Amino acid sequence: MAEQITNKDIAREENLVFKRTGVLTDKVMHYCPGCGHGTVHRLIAEVIEEMNIQSDCIGVTPVGCSVLMYNYLDVDMQEAAHGRAPALATAIKRLQPDKFVFTYQGDGDLAAIGTAETIHAANRGENFTIFFINNGIYGMTGGQMAPTTLPEMKSSTSPYGRDVKMMGNPLKMTELVAQLPGTYYVTRQAVHTPRDVRKAKKAIRKAFENQKLEKGLSLVEIVSNCNSGWKMTPVQANEWMVENMFPFYPLGDLKVDGEMAK
Amino acid sequence: MAKVKGTIVVDIERCKGCGLCPPACPSDVLSLAREVNAKGYHYAYMANPDACTGCINCALVCPDAVITVYRVKNKVN
Amino acid sequence: MKELKLLKGNEAISEAAIRAGADAYFGYPITPQSEILEYLMAEKPHERTGMVVLQAESEVAAINMVYGGAACGRKILTSSSSPGISLKQEGLSYIAGSELPCLVVNVVRGGPGLGTIQPSQSDYFQATKGGGHGDYRLIVLAPSSVQEMADFVKLGFDLAFKYRNPAMILTDGAIGQMMEKVWLEEQQPRMTEFPEWATTGKKPGKERRIVTSLDLDSAMQEKFNRKLQEKYRKMEENEVRFEEIDCEDAEYLLVAYGTSARICQKSVKIAREKGIKVGLLRPITLFPFPKNKIKEMAGKVKGILSVEMSAGQMVEDIRISVEGKVKVDHFGRMGGIIHSSEEIVTALEQKIIGG
Repeated sequence: MAEQITNKDIAREENLVFKRTGVLTDKVMHYCPGCGHGTVHRLIAEVIEEMNIQSDCIGVTPVGCSVLMYNYLDVDMQEAAHGRAPALATAIKRLQPDKFVFTYQGDGDLAAIGTAETIHAANRGENFTIFFINNGIYGMTGGQMAPTTLPEMKSSTSPYGRDVKMMGNPLKMTELVAQLPGTYYVTRQAVHTPRDVRKAKKAIRKAFENQKLEKGLSLVEIVSNCNSGWKMTPVQANEWMVENMFPFYPLGDLKVDGEMAK
Repeated sequence: MAKVKGTIVVDIERCKGCGLCPPACPSDVLSLAREVNAKGYHYAYMANPDACTGCINCALVCPDAVITVYRVKNKVN
Repeated sequence: MKELKLLKGNEAISEAAIRAGADAYFGYPITPQSEILEYLMAEKPHERTGMVVLQAESEVAAINMVYGGAACGRKILTSSSSPGISLKQEGLSYIAGSELPCLVVNVVRGGPGLGTIQPSQSDYFQATKGGGHGDYRLIVLAPSSVQEMADFVKLGFDLAFKYRNPAMILTDGAIGQMMEKVWLEEQQPRMTEFPEWATTGKKPGKERRIVTSLDLDSAMQEKFNRKLQEKYRKMEENEVRFEEIDCEDAEYLLVAYGTSARICQKSVKIAREKGIKVGLLRPITLFPFPKNKIKEMAGKVKGILSVEMSAGQMVEDIRISVEGKVKVDHFGRMGGIIHSSEEIVTALEQKIIGG
């Protein structure tokens, strides 16, 4: 007769199948409940652990909600001025080509104030990785319109919705960057479902692995939520993201191994 | 026949009660507690622990990495 | 062994940087200093020493590349001229706020705005008072010869690393473009060991390195600011540099740096031929400023004339140093015009002696 196994019996080290990676620090992240930043931080940390590159990794944090990312990732990090992370990363990688260098940037940082740094680092074929978190809004400063804010989407500086005649169009930076000969891998992912998390992690891993090939820049965009900025619950925000963000920012690879995806 | 049985441990004090893990669970194991943690969040817990298969889906979508997952293959007749 | 070469001031900066073992230069072309980048590109320092040279997409990107490289503990320099240096101020503030060493060369041209491409000294305030946002200072070196252009590269790096603070060579288009003989130091090897704060990859068992200028805790931010101020006071105690010319018996004093100081040397001769005992004090460090020396001179002379290619910027520091003890005035030309030695003497006679 089989004995009924209790949860306490299962929760033993030998049965462990998932635990928080040691590349994340113990610090509780300051992000709002349900924010995708935390998930992406964790995936980056897990990839760093799995690739065993913690001592060879140098990250650059942006200005925006993730400005304090250096508190959560246990690797050497530099904090850049708003939009300038790709310039820092250019120097870091050129001076230490054997290190794994990445930037982590939001949409305001990467697609507005840092457009030039992003485009030119990509076009030079700098051999580092950009993680681009696109939630269509300036989160940290309180939900203002971003370069990626959708048409008709409300924000604190487009309170009646983004009027593209007056405020201009949202910018698809990832599509732009994919066109540049200096990029080797450009992909758009999400982290709102387990399946998407698994795919995003593979993309993050590939983007890091690419640095060994020295063939150019890898950019992983993560379309993410901002439930506080969007004024929704985390679950609603993810649903809204699927319905509204994904049609405009479709998920999938744009460029793989230097070739545009079909 | 081998039946997969799992369990999770939620780091209650670090959980922000965002509510993303219950819909990610294919076995309807998780729910948010009526009680709150020290920060005032309704933390996630296993409302239906016997159904857990240890699939790790809840941990994958957890933005705060507060879920640890265990799994065994439980031999039953 | 030292080597004698005939070089432009701008070229001397580049050659000295390679020889000082600089790890990287990041810049963007702008007149009158583009020779710095051109010389470096032509010299292929990546073959000579492994030094990285990169033409950035903007001055903003260039200074942020400097930040990234400096935070790796490397010797990094950039150069530009006035409008470009204005663009670099954001980065300089972050570099100072993150306590990173680096060397910035400003080959000053007339302003404001696009101004002119001719030489000027109108960036004195910007260079010596901080320049960007927040309470910080740069170490500011003012060469007045091509030799000093070369020498101050190494000195600038040494001071920058000693204090973990950006250093600036504040020069102008005249010195940048003029050719002179220059003794060049022999090649120094690039660094192979880096400071403990440098982001070179977290060592197993050691704390990770975080380079940032951010601290949201006001108490901590004030504490950090006090630390910065202590550093600047130490510079004022230990790093003041100046040159005295004919100051021993001087009844009147000219104070001038860089190109102005070269012109003033002739003015001293002209004045002395006329029987006016004039001396010249040439500040070499503009920050820290030789205020004690000027205060001391104020007790000995009858008047001080600040001679600058500007509307009068350094004169404010002279007045602060003199504490009202003696008459101080300013004579300057602007817009890219360099004063003649004769008109400086006339200004001295009119503004100080007769005034």
